[in-house]
Amino acid sequence: MIERTPVFDAIVQVLLVLSFVALLLPFWVVLVAASHDFHTVNQVPMPLLPGRHLFENLATAWEKGNFSRVMVNSLIVAIAVTAGKIALAAISAFAIVYFDFRLKKLAFWAIFITLMLPLEVRIVPTYSVAADVLAPFEAILNLTGLSVDLPQWSLLNSYSGLVLPLVATATGTFLYRQFFMTVPDELAEAARMDGSGPLRFFWDILLPLSRANMIALATIMFVFAWNQYLWPLLIITDQANFATATMQLQKVVPNGVWGEPPVWNTAMAANLIVLFPPVLVTLLLQRWFVRGLISAEK
Amino acid sequence: MNKRATFSNSWLAAALLLPQLLLVFIFFYWPSGEALWWSFTLERPFGGGNEWVGFYNYLSVLQDSRYWGSVRVSVIFAIAASALSILLALMLAVFVDRRMRGHQILKTGFFLPYALAAPAVGLAFRFIFAPDAGLIAGINRVFPGLWNPALDGNDALTLIILAQAWSLVGYNFIFFLAGLQSIPRALLEAGAMDGAGPLRRVWDLQLPLLAPTLFFLLVINITDSFVNSFGIVDIVTSGGPARATELMVYKVYTDGFQGKDSSLAATQSVILMVLIMALTFVQFRFIERKVHYN
Repeated sequence: MIERTPVFDAIVQVLLVLSFVALLLPFWVVLVAASHDFHTVNQVPMPLLPGRHLFENLATAWEKGNFSRVMVNSLIVAIAVTAGKIALAAISAFAIVYFDFRLKKLAFWAIFITLMLPLEVRIVPTYSVAADVLAPFEAILNLTGLSVDLPQWSLLNSYSGLVLPLVATATGTFLYRQFFMTVPDELAEAARMDGSGPLRFFWDILLPLSRANMIALATIMFVFAWNQYLWPLLIITDQANFATATMQLQKVVPNGVWGEPPVWNTAMAANLIVLFPPVLVTLLLQRWFVRGLISAEK
Repeated sequence: MNKRATFSNSWLAAALLLPQLLLVFIFFYWPSGEALWWSFTLERPFGGGNEWVGFYNYLSVLQDSRYWGSVRVSVIFAIAASALSILLALMLAVFVDRRMRGHQILKTGFFLPYALAAPAVGLAFRFIFAPDAGLIAGINRVFPGLWNPALDGNDALTLIILAQAWSLVGYNFIFFLAGLQSIPRALLEAGAMDGAGPLRRVWDLQLPLLAPTLFFLLVINITDSFVNSFGIVDIVTSGGPARATELMVYKVYTDGFQGKDSSLAATQSVILMVLIMALTFVQFRFIERKVHYN
């Protein structure tokens, strides 16, 4: 603080506390609603203090939403997407920064431009590719005059379908590229003099150095993957086996599949279950999360 | 890329790049190309591939008042949500930057909404602002029928704007705070010595220096509102009532998957794609400038 301004400070402090309460109110309301019985939660005005039915509602929501299964699915998908993104980002950036070859710029831009093509704007054709992954290759081969019939490989209703289309990462590759650029050239030269090949150098020196980078990237990617909604909704029809946690939210909405009059208490309990993992990651790894976000956008 | 390249094994480099390039080709470029192709063709009714129809699909989309309705709603949604969220985040960041007691807790709290998935935000807001339960319903006891997002299009649009703004505050806040903290303290102290009070310093020093951050966030927020709003709309309003909240992304989805009209959906996708590209391009240009002037 630069000078003493007690009145101004008091006003600021009050505004901050008010905003804090207002911004966190939705979390509180979800928690409170999830802790009352059906009758109390539908009262107007709703109670502002938690009731005693939280665990009961959580158990009901857990059961109805098949969460034993879908939480595991979401976890598998989120971890696979995160690991895949980090691995691809690291090796692609390594190739782009440390190797000299023609088409290097082209490869970089090919990855980077995907930033402009978010899933939502190419959703219909991406779905059709996921239904038949080899179709593009078949089409290309047919154009060259070879008439081949590749087998149909569908990603619908599978873990690979939930993971593969999300794994390519312009942000991650860019982040890793930026990091590799800051590693002094002398390190690579020294490694080479000591007789290490490129892979050895990558594995033994670059990867351990990039640990901070990796954790930052992992936190943002985990939350990103866990929060995916549109894509799983489209490609998963086998709800019993492959549904993810966020998808279940569509079923707890009033007039949704559960159908009864608005059971807000169990709906909010389900919401609590779904939002818990990313909130936990954000709280525990906030420092890394923020660092990842900010350096990804530079 | 000024780094001296160290290795020259092109085969190895190709092998390292292959997995990502393959995924990018299959799931990004091919579908985008296909959207473009579909937008200029129509599927023949009894199979046998697509028929080239030129700009027919574009004309029918652009002459459809329902489409312009979704454009109008999307633009209002994007601008209102971005403005609301950015202004609030800016105020909070300026205040938190004064580092008074408890600023760490405040920081965590302001950032937390960002962790939530769009449908989770949607579900929470749908309950809080429900006309017959939740936090706001009491207002209908006093003024019956004043607030009902299930029937009134303006109420519904307001509701999804609030939800989107809330979910973006954390992101904006973090960037503003980082921007503020990179302003040298000496500058502010010099301002204080010259007799500028805290508000005057915000207005004349901190805000102008934050202009690049502000611009960057504006582009990101608008892009996000155009692209990432599916989860909120789907859970809160499903595009209703009477299409009052049918955002462009949501319309692509309903036309493509519920209406099964690939050409119509693809045409709208291409328009949306061009829009996103333009926004991203503006952002790249801005980053370039920042690098040059630094």
